Amino acid sequence: MSEQTTTDEAGRERGQKGDVLVEMRDLRISVRQEDADDFEIVHGVDVTLRRGEVLGLIGESGAGKSTIGLAAMAYTRGGCYISGGSVNFDGIDMLNASDEQLRQLRGRRIAYVAQSAAANFNPAHRLIDQFTESPILHGFSNKSDAETDAKQLFGRLRLPDPDNIGYRYPHQVSGGQLQRAMTAMAMSCRPDLIIFDEPTTALDVTTQIEVLAAIRDIVDQFNTAAIYVTHDLAVVAQMADHIMVLRHGKLVEEGDTREMLAGPKEEYTRQLLSVRSFAKEGEKETGGEEPLLRVKNVSASYGTTPVLFGVNFDVYREQTVAVVGESGSGKSTTARVITGLLPPSEGSIEFAGETLPPDFRQRDKSQLRKAQMIYQMADTALNPRQKIREIIGRPLSFYLGMSGKQREDRTRELLNMIEMDPDTYIDRYPTELSGGQKQRICIARALAAEPELIICDEVTSALDQLVAEEILKLLDRLQKELHLAYMFITHDLATVRAIADHVVVMLKGKVDDQGAKDGMFQPPHTPYTDLLLSSVPEMDPDWLDDLLAERARLRAEGKLAESADN
Amino acid sequence: MHAIIKMIGQRLALGLLTLLVVSAIIFGAVELLPGDLAQEILGQGATPETVAQLREDLGLDRPAYIRYFEWLGGITTLDLGTSLANEREISELLGTRLYNTLFLAAISAVMAVPLAIGLGLLAALYRNSIFDRAINIVTLSTISTPEFFVAYILVLWMAVITGWFPAISNISPDTAFWDHVYRSFLPALTLTLVVTAHMMRMTRAAIINLLNSPFIEMATLKGVAKRDIIVKHALPNAWAPIINVVVLNLAYLIVGVVVVEVVFVYPGMGQLLVDSVSKRDFPVVQACSLIFAVTYILLNLTADILSILTNPRLLHPR
Repeated sequence: MSEQTTTDEAGRERGQKGDVLVEMRDLRISVRQEDADDFEIVHGVDVTLRRGEVLGLIGESGAGKSTIGLAAMAYTRGGCYISGGSVNFDGIDMLNASDEQLRQLRGRRIAYVAQSAAANFNPAHRLIDQFTESPILHGFSNKSDAETDAKQLFGRLRLPDPDNIGYRYPHQVSGGQLQRAMTAMAMSCRPDLIIFDEPTTALDVTTQIEVLAAIRDIVDQFNTAAIYVTHDLAVVAQMADHIMVLRHGKLVEEGDTREMLAGPKEEYTRQLLSVRSFAKEGEKETGGEEPLLRVKNVSASYGTTPVLFGVNFDVYREQTVAVVGESGSGKSTTARVITGLLPPSEGSIEFAGETLPPDFRQRDKSQLRKAQMIYQMADTALNPRQKIREIIGRPLSFYLGMSGKQREDRTRELLNMIEMDPDTYIDRYPTELSGGQKQRICIARALAAEPELIICDEVTSALDQLVAEEILKLLDRLQKELHLAYMFITHDLATVRAIADHVVVMLKGKVDDQGAKDGMFQPPHTPYTDLLLSSVPEMDPDWLDDLLAERARLRAEGKLAESADN
Repeated sequence: MHAIIKMIGQRLALGLLTLLVVSAIIFGAVELLPGDLAQEILGQGATPETVAQLREDLGLDRPAYIRYFEWLGGITTLDLGTSLANEREISELLGTRLYNTLFLAAISAVMAVPLAIGLGLLAALYRNSIFDRAINIVTLSTISTPEFFVAYILVLWMAVITGWFPAISNISPDTAFWDHVYRSFLPALTLTLVVTAHMMRMTRAAIINLLNSPFIEMATLKGVAKRDIIVKHALPNAWAPIINVVVLNLAYLIVGVVVVEVVFVYPGMGQLLVDSVSKRDFPVVQACSLIFAVTYILLNLTADILSILTNPRLLHPR
């Protein structure tokens, strides 16, 4: 440990703020390949992190940001290995340390917080037992002290009922709470460094705020250094002192957070900053005509659990209706009712004035054809054993009875429509495509049926922001050309701002608020819409501080709505 | 807890229904066996009249379905009927035999289950090492060898050559406990060698399957040692498949012992079944088969319950 020291609350020696804690030089990471040369994915990156400092690593998927973050623990995921450079943690040469030495450091002095707390907590053990594992294992404290500490940290992270929540199993706790519990767990040995790997990406915006605030508090309180990995520049703006922008395993730009946000030097950084600048032109509102889709007083339940309560909204031709809300608010369930996958217990679905049978099995082909769906996970929505030709060709045969040359020509036409070259792609399998391309294929498949309405269920959530924006532009163009109506399910308000004409806000299975987009983004809102809107992170580094101050004031006045997650 | 009791009740009811179907199948199958009991008892020289008389005395001249329902009625009052061969009560005949078979199964299980799970864990810990491969080869060889062959090899080595254990399990109701264990050792060892591979491989596969889970990575990054990762983090999540395979093998230890009991002349259910089939003693065959069916159903019920008890998602609903 370092010579100049202060002591923390646990009486442990700590170096001074500002000392170099982690230094990675010319870091190279490669993937082992069976029948080819190893493939380098991180190409010589230098990272310096000082005590008490938060470093943001940002970039799109494949940029190597998580890989670099984990390299600070001398850990690589399956198939990867550190092929060059050096990693130095507080004077320890991590790449030449023994397994036992690394084991002693991990959890004790360097801790990790993962993206999906639900998957990273062991389902077989209670939260508190998972919390106390590290401190006991590393001899940092005994079981009863560690448990007392757990309860204190749970309280500091604003978990409800901190004295008892630890005795629950992971599946008994909500996602946002688990993420905070995982942050508490990372703090259990008061490490010098925590690696946060997209800790809020899987959360709803309203929950994200709580977790971000909790993480920042705890990092400040214990003067812990952190590496914060994320793809979201607005989030990193709140968290980091220093930002490194990465792309394809290389550094693009590095600098102080405020300076970089104010004046990015590289074109790529500028692109990342200007993302979400897309907005569709004009706005389609209702003009007294008959709605294309009418969701009429729909209630539904899964088994005996009611999930939807009297949902009402309309979608007009050529209109985009965005349905927003937190996970579990009933957005996707509404889509299932519309498509007939879940017959409603009450209410009905009208399409162009005609009441549809509640169960899709009773609908005829033309009723099925007119409403198509695109899903969040293009990966799982495409049959990996079918070529693109079959994937797009099947609805052509099924709905329109096409075959032979007619079908082939139409398939090619559809590929052109989604801006993919037919000659290059028609004989490929989905696995040979990128995430954005797969989503385009899903769009083409939906278009093949010549629908009037397309239900888009979180279609851009799994994509990088730049790719997502391209998909939104494509959908917008197709809407104009083909006069489509969209029902756009999303939790991302930036997407709503970009493409919606009409917004439906859902909360706990009910429609909380709805109206034309411009009206929805202007006050007055319902308290929940207000909470939702104010929770969307902004690029301004002071945004979180201002927001928390504002909320504290509102909470004191008892005017703050609660998110469904707490 | 209430949900679990309800679940057990449902499974028991389902088990009884299964048993009813099985009883019909057993009865039907025994009816289809060639040969006639009366003819068998009286021998070749019997006149058709004496055979017919004996058939009448034994009730064999009545239609099959009536005899089936009589048999079923008897079972519900735990009356398994009498042996046609020696006219003794079947329940009395079965008592010690069933005890002996369960005793043998218990000794085999005590040896095989911990051995298999232990080896499975070690194989998962040192996967793809020489140790892992050696264990796989050895257990696969023992499972691929016919069990009578394994039995004779053991007899040759541990009874004939070294004389450590008796080649024949000479057991009577007044054999003392440890003597019983000693005399059952060779058949138990044979059974152990036969069932270990399956359980061990399932344990290994279930653990390795979990090692790519994010929570295992988390444990590694918390500094948990490899051994503890497998025992504390992977194993508690792997119980369900392991328990199912263990139970399947326990059932085999009880119902699949016929060959081993014959080789070692062990006085258990398997021996009784084989003897009764050759004597055309149908009521005994039916009773043995029914007990085997009950064993399967009860063990599977146990597996289901244990799977629930080891799964916090089911044990502690939201």
